Amino acid sequence: MKISGAKIVVETLIEQGCDTVFGYPGGQVINLFDELYLNSDRIRHILTAHEQGASHAADGYARATGKVGVCIATSGPGATNLVTGIATSYLDSTPLVAITGNVPCSLIGRDSFQEVDIVGVTMPITKHNFVVKDVKELADTIRLAFKIAKSGRPGPVLVDIPKDVQCALCDFEAKPAPVVPYPLSFAGEDDLKRAAEMINASQRPYIYIGGGIIAGKASDEVLALAEKIDAPIGSSLMGLSAIPSDNKRFLGMQGMHGHYASSIAEDEADLVIACGARFSDRATGDKNRFSKNFKIIHIDIDGAELSKNIRVELGISGDIRDALARLAAMVQETKHDSWSARIEELRAEENRRIKRVPDKLDPYRIVDIAAEAADEDTLIATDVGQHQMWAAQRYPLVKPRTFLTSGGLGTMGFGMGAAIGASVATGKKTILFTGDGSFGMNLNELATAVTLNSPLVILIMNNGVLGMVRQWQTLFFDKHYSNTTLDRKTDFVKVAEAFGAKGVRVFTADELKSAMKDALAAGSPVVIDCAVDCDEFVLPMLPPGGSIDDIITEIN
Amino acid sequence: MNKKFIIAVLVSNISGVLSRVSGMFTRRGFNIDSLTVGETESSDFSRITIAFRGDDYMKDQLIGQLNKLHDVKEVQVLDSSDSVIRELVLIKVRNTAESRQDVMTAVEIFRSKIIDYSPTALCCELTGDSSKINAFIELLKPYGIIEMCRTGLVALERGENSLKPVK
Repeated sequence: MKISGAKIVVETLIEQGCDTVFGYPGGQVINLFDELYLNSDRIRHILTAHEQGASHAADGYARATGKVGVCIATSGPGATNLVTGIATSYLDSTPLVAITGNVPCSLIGRDSFQEVDIVGVTMPITKHNFVVKDVKELADTIRLAFKIAKSGRPGPVLVDIPKDVQCALCDFEAKPAPVVPYPLSFAGEDDLKRAAEMINASQRPYIYIGGGIIAGKASDEVLALAEKIDAPIGSSLMGLSAIPSDNKRFLGMQGMHGHYASSIAEDEADLVIACGARFSDRATGDKNRFSKNFKIIHIDIDGAELSKNIRVELGISGDIRDALARLAAMVQETKHDSWSARIEELRAEENRRIKRVPDKLDPYRIVDIAAEAADEDTLIATDVGQHQMWAAQRYPLVKPRTFLTSGGLGTMGFGMGAAIGASVATGKKTILFTGDGSFGMNLNELATAVTLNSPLVILIMNNGVLGMVRQWQTLFFDKHYSNTTLDRKTDFVKVAEAFGAKGVRVFTADELKSAMKDALAAGSPVVIDCAVDCDEFVLPMLPPGGSIDDIITEIN
Repeated sequence: MNKKFIIAVLVSNISGVLSRVSGMFTRRGFNIDSLTVGETESSDFSRITIAFRGDDYMKDQLIGQLNKLHDVKEVQVLDSSDSVIRELVLIKVRNTAESRQDVMTAVEIFRSKIIDYSPTALCCELTGDSSKINAFIELLKPYGIIEMCRTGLVALERGENSLKPVK
């Protein structure tokens, strides 16, 4: 039986295991939305306030579950509003399929109303993208989009569907199961043997993990290797939640705002084993000075990452879980007593360097209070800025996929959509750490959260400034606070109430404790507007382009 | 140490592929000397020949990024000592009574061809490797090159081996 292209899209999405899509209707996707209406018992569409929110929500859905997130937007501005979300997904390698409508084929290329070349626009920020001009290719193209999105190193794929293709009729036969990813590639035996030799020869090994450990489900394998070779583990921002924060081997995030102990330990290591990480400039600082003391083994599913940012002695391309398991079987079990002692010294030094004022509601205390009120299944989302780094440094993450943050692109405004998508995907309570700057970017999605009655706690670290940029201005621009002092009259409690959410303002630790408890119990969106001093800094800090020698651990 | 590399790339013969490849070069900051593209013996595939200068590190990065593109089906570095490499140029040069004989002599010596003749202009066609073409252009310059068009390199490995899609 022939069915419309629009119906083919919906049937193929369902066939691919997609239960929820995030989107916003418009002129060139009316047909598609009609099919979503007719099939609302089989696939759920979540209407966001803005297409950007839909793209972040689909991304949050993907991050929290590992499944492909799907967002839908109309042509032109609808499609371009997805761009930030697609780029966010691309930089953090999350599986995403974005579907856009476009003007009918006959109008393409004529600057028609709401026409934009979204395939051209998103070419550099997608793993691949398609425009479907023949309805006969529609189903297979969507299947291929899913396949590409979830294969190897995941990423976003966009499918642009002109309106006439949505209207055209075609035979359709559903496949019995979702597409399987392309076969994984596996590390070569000789490479692993060489890696094992390098590890056996090392006295001070350090394991640096990234988001690939989460995507590749390799947490246990990393820990097993670390145990066997007696190595500490540090993480990029994207690697957080892969290893329980309280694990004795885990030193926390490294890099620009990383933990003192992990950054110094890496610098003092004689061998760095990088697993599913990509040596982002935020994780390494000055790349010429980064690896002066140690050799590097780099294992990643994406062979193009090997020696891309940092030239390594040994690059191994292949599935991280398999590679680590095989590597652990090859290496000698060993203890590095003096290295372990040095790591403990660094931990102690780190604790000494953190200056706290008793009872003050400083950023770490805010994070601690939130963590005490939550449990290990609570999802943590962040926006971008100081609050993000405080949460990344401090929040005691336990389970993989519980920390959703825009690491690569650093997208302010990511958090609301991501938190909504994640809570929709999992039904779990979600805490969004945000700032008054980031929250201001996409607070319109409060409307979505209220409509969904999402169990969402939006904790605004409100310092009245764009704190991260302000921090740089303090340190590197002679305190020229150009356009970072917000001093807005916005009342976030009233904003919350206006959207139909609860809002509460807190100034003290006790107020926050009580507000957090109530908010998590509420099971519906609650905004907590929490006052933070505008001169709190994220420390330690490696200055941009600096190295470990330039680490700033206190500011007078 | 900059070396010259010739890279043959087999890609799907569909619209947009050239944008994807050239866009990636721009985005990743690879500088290309020349890039040619055309259909292969199978209409399913096009073949792109890329000439660029760089070190082995740059070459490996370029190949790694090419391999990540969905439409790229195979990438091969051609060994210039074991490949046939050709470029074609069309050169329109002024036709004057004084210069005509010199130009004709150059054409003959270089085994070029005159493919258009008008009272004021001659058009020469020459195929060869880049150094031969460069030499021919230098030779004709004094006679007044009106316009010219080079194709960029095309190259095939010697012997019976061929580029086949591997993904």
